[in-house]
Amino acid sequence: MAAIAPGARTEPAGGRLRSSLLTTVLLLPAAIWYVVLLVLPLLIVVVFSFGTRAKNGGYAPAFVLDNYARALSKPEPFIDSLWMSAAGTIGCLLVGLPIAYFLATRAGRRKSLLILLLVVPFWTSFLIRTYAWILILGPGVGVGTIIGSFFGQGRVDLLGTPFAVLIGLVYGYLPLMVFPLYVTLERMDRTLVEASKDLGAGRWATFRQVTLPVALPGLVTGSILVFIPMMGEYVIPQLLGLGRTYLMGNALVTDFLDARNWPNGSARAVFLIVIMLVTITLYLWFVNRGRRTREVSVL
Amino acid sequence: MTAPAVPAAVPRVMRPSVRGRGDRFASLVEVWFRAHSALVYVFLYAPIFVVVLFAFNDTTGVATRWKGFSLRWFDVALNDPVVLKSLTNSFIVAVPNAILATLFGTMAALGLQRVGKRLRLAFDGLTYMSVIVPEIVIALSTLVLFATGFDAIESLTGEKPKFGYTTIIAAHVLFNTSLVLLLVRARLSGMDRTLVEASADLFATPWRTFRQITFPQLLPAIVAGFLLSFTFSFDDYVITTFVSGPGSSTLPLFIFGQVKRGVTPETNAVATMILGITLLTLIIGQVLLTWQSRRAGQKKGGIAAVVIER
Repeated sequence: MAAIAPGARTEPAGGRLRSSLLTTVLLLPAAIWYVVLLVLPLLIVVVFSFGTRAKNGGYAPAFVLDNYARALSKPEPFIDSLWMSAAGTIGCLLVGLPIAYFLATRAGRRKSLLILLLVVPFWTSFLIRTYAWILILGPGVGVGTIIGSFFGQGRVDLLGTPFAVLIGLVYGYLPLMVFPLYVTLERMDRTLVEASKDLGAGRWATFRQVTLPVALPGLVTGSILVFIPMMGEYVIPQLLGLGRTYLMGNALVTDFLDARNWPNGSARAVFLIVIMLVTITLYLWFVNRGRRTREVSVL
Repeated sequence: MTAPAVPAAVPRVMRPSVRGRGDRFASLVEVWFRAHSALVYVFLYAPIFVVVLFAFNDTTGVATRWKGFSLRWFDVALNDPVVLKSLTNSFIVAVPNAILATLFGTMAALGLQRVGKRLRLAFDGLTYMSVIVPEIVIALSTLVLFATGFDAIESLTGEKPKFGYTTIIAAHVLFNTSLVLLLVRARLSGMDRTLVEASADLFATPWRTFRQITFPQLLPAIVAGFLLSFTFSFDDYVITTFVSGPGSSTLPLFIFGQVKRGVTPETNAVATMILGITLLTLIIGQVLLTWQSRRAGQKKGGIAAVVIER
């Protein structure tokens, strides 16, 4: 048997050439897309960030640091984005961790239905789900009116406040936090928890010393998955913040589409790319550091 | 034989008496878990419900003041040439995008099995990068690429390519290829290799092994990838707004433009139609996948299983 098996897979003459040709063909389209529409554009952005604005908008070749100097002298959008994304990540964590734990340990037979119900909103239009909050937070429907009458303030218009933006961020990105958390918690060895309890550990000690370390990879993955896209969010601050909460996304749209000052926008974009690279590097370091930590799939 | 049973029974008897107060706390925690989870589902679905509800509002004034049930705004939306044009554009963009992304992503996932570790790592790096880079960065850098490239083409041939369907599709395919690649690869890594080996041992050609063994096992991931690529492209606003040209704006662009001018019941009707289309896509996928996995005798089925299981 063992002698036949490798023989059966021995390829005919010229098979190796054909095989590597097939591999190339299989990988080529994706590789072209990655190189031409991901690597090349990002490189162009880096080059443009050192240029100057052409007279009628766009880019004129140069090598200056003005764009970075300008971005650093007005760092508000970047700093506000950092704060907002941090708050949004913590919000997702506070809302997401309990439900991930519930789904992983308590959901029982309804588990797959409950997970499906969690996935569905994530796949329906992001724009429309954000837009929906205009109806809820704006004057007219309930929430503002209810809160207003509760505090004796009359009608409260929450639209255009940082709070509205924060709600939008948590709402939009919550599933991306819940999925990785759920996957790690589901894999958790339940006997560990019981062992901890049998050894006399309290609830909090068990959570801190058993559950949390097990959930940590999922927690870190989830945080990165929500934090990085939040840094570049445009639709939410524009629709729910009415542009008053002016984040990186708004600044980039202004630079590129309104002012058509591409070098200026490129310098700003480089800041975002750097933040992203730093976060991912830290993440890879974290994943490769531990013995028990396993990388959790993004999807 | 009876000896081991005694120590095992002791803690079970003792636990309630030792942790009498803890148990009341424990049941409180359980209640809180349930309540929190239920509230999260309300939080997730209430906004969607509100949009759908107000799409049926029989009003000509404020969109969010309920005046009774009516279908008139769907009638208005479906007779609005701008809406129809945007709807058509959305399909013109989303369908080819989904086909290309599914093809490229599946091919790449299969190809990656046949290469060395270094190339695979490089590919993985690019895949994750395309998924995680903020959408707006992808959008603006693609715009810059096309603009620069088109200028170069103009200086060479004298004719300048225009922004439109092609540029939108090309930009969407990047993200969606990675998405399909990740889904299919997750499925590949969880696949039963012995079947492939058995097939080879039985002298089946590689192509036949692929057709009869590998492909059926990958099908759920491929279907899920196709449907997800379709909905992501159909719903996309940020990338589309950067790389669309005159006449190629899609439904999300229409909605965004309307919302900035103020909410109308028509906006709600259009939004409800988009929700309907994406939900329908998901339901079709769910049914297909459940049917397929039942036929293949697998226990789990459905899109959620394909996406979350790893």
